[in-house]
Amino acid sequence: MSGQSQRLNVVPTVTMLGVVKARLVGATRGHALLKKKSDALTVQFRQILKQIVSTKESMGEVMKTSSFALTEAKYVAGENIKHIVLENVQNASIKVRSRQENIAGVKLPKFEYFTEGETKNDLTGLARGGQQVQACRAAYVKSIEVLVELASLQTSFLTLDVAIKTTNRRVNALENVVKPRLENTITYIKGELDELEREDFFRLKKIQGYKKREIERQLASAKQFSEDQLAGKVSLQRGISVNSAHNFLSGGMQKDEDIIF
Amino acid sequence: MANKAQIRSRNSALIAMIADEDTVTGFLLAGVGNVDLRRKTNYLIVDSKTSVKQIEDAFKEFTTREDIAIVMISQFVANMIRFLVDSYNKPVPAILEIPSKDHPYDPTHDSVLSRVKYLFSAESVASGRR
Repeated sequence: MSGQSQRLNVVPTVTMLGVVKARLVGATRGHALLKKKSDALTVQFRQILKQIVSTKESMGEVMKTSSFALTEAKYVAGENIKHIVLENVQNASIKVRSRQENIAGVKLPKFEYFTEGETKNDLTGLARGGQQVQACRAAYVKSIEVLVELASLQTSFLTLDVAIKTTNRRVNALENVVKPRLENTITYIKGELDELEREDFFRLKKIQGYKKREIERQLASAKQFSEDQLAGKVSLQRGISVNSAHNFLSGGMQKDEDIIF
Repeated sequence: MANKAQIRSRNSALIAMIADEDTVTGFLLAGVGNVDLRRKTNYLIVDSKTSVKQIEDAFKEFTTREDIAIVMISQFVANMIRFLVDSYNKPVPAILEIPSKDHPYDPTHDSVLSRVKYLFSAESVASGRR
């Protein structure tokens, strides 16, 4: 039953065989290409995995430094610096720009940060601790740099993960479903065509035998006819037909019984 | 490819934050803070008075806003709404779990990093078998 379900429902003709063969070629090529794509994606994926792990580790370090810098700034500039900072928020000066990177047909987002305009916090800590505040600011900008990089890595990771899964599913589907089905169809069509050819051959043989017998019969009857004709001719030449001669003879025999010598 | 359409290429996007006061202060000092016309901020300060509901709402708002590319969330805050963070699976905006000052960073809780670790171990096991 598996052989039945594992092939396409087609009419077994030579045209269909050509069509199915072309499809098999296409499927094979697609399979090879998808396999290559999957390999390329996997290579990229592993690279990103390694980068994520190392960046996550460095992130802890950077965050620690910036937290410490903030504590220093607080100590020098006083606890109320955070209120000043919170009050001064208006427009973001650090923004993120995203662009796309194309890896084997998969678009991966890459983030990069950029500064735009001036921060209002330039005057923060002007009274005291200004240098510490600026150092703290620089530390946090640095940590943002790392975090943005990590974010783009993570996003690429998630996108690639999905893409690899889809590609692998396609590769497997082609390899295990589409190709066997096409191959089964081809063998089926070939078998059917062979069967037809044998049938045709047998039919021709049969017809040939019939014709032969017919010719033999005709020959035999023609021979018979010609023999009959020959006999007729011979008897005509003698003046009496064979039949009449025979009748005459038999008639003669009947008459002879009454005659007494 | 369903995920192609989701990635927008835009020129400028914001970084949103859900974190404790010190972390937020630090990043605001660096200049990521933004207040729009309706006085809506792109950050949420989480302290002892903040309810989980508020954090959830902020997380949902930040992840659906068009102008946000990265959401940074302190790990202890992420642990409070772990189910939301784990069920989030869109590439943009990216969710980033960051360590905070009072709570040590635990890599096993990070939803992305746990997957990374899982894949790493799976790969090393697979390569060891080969």
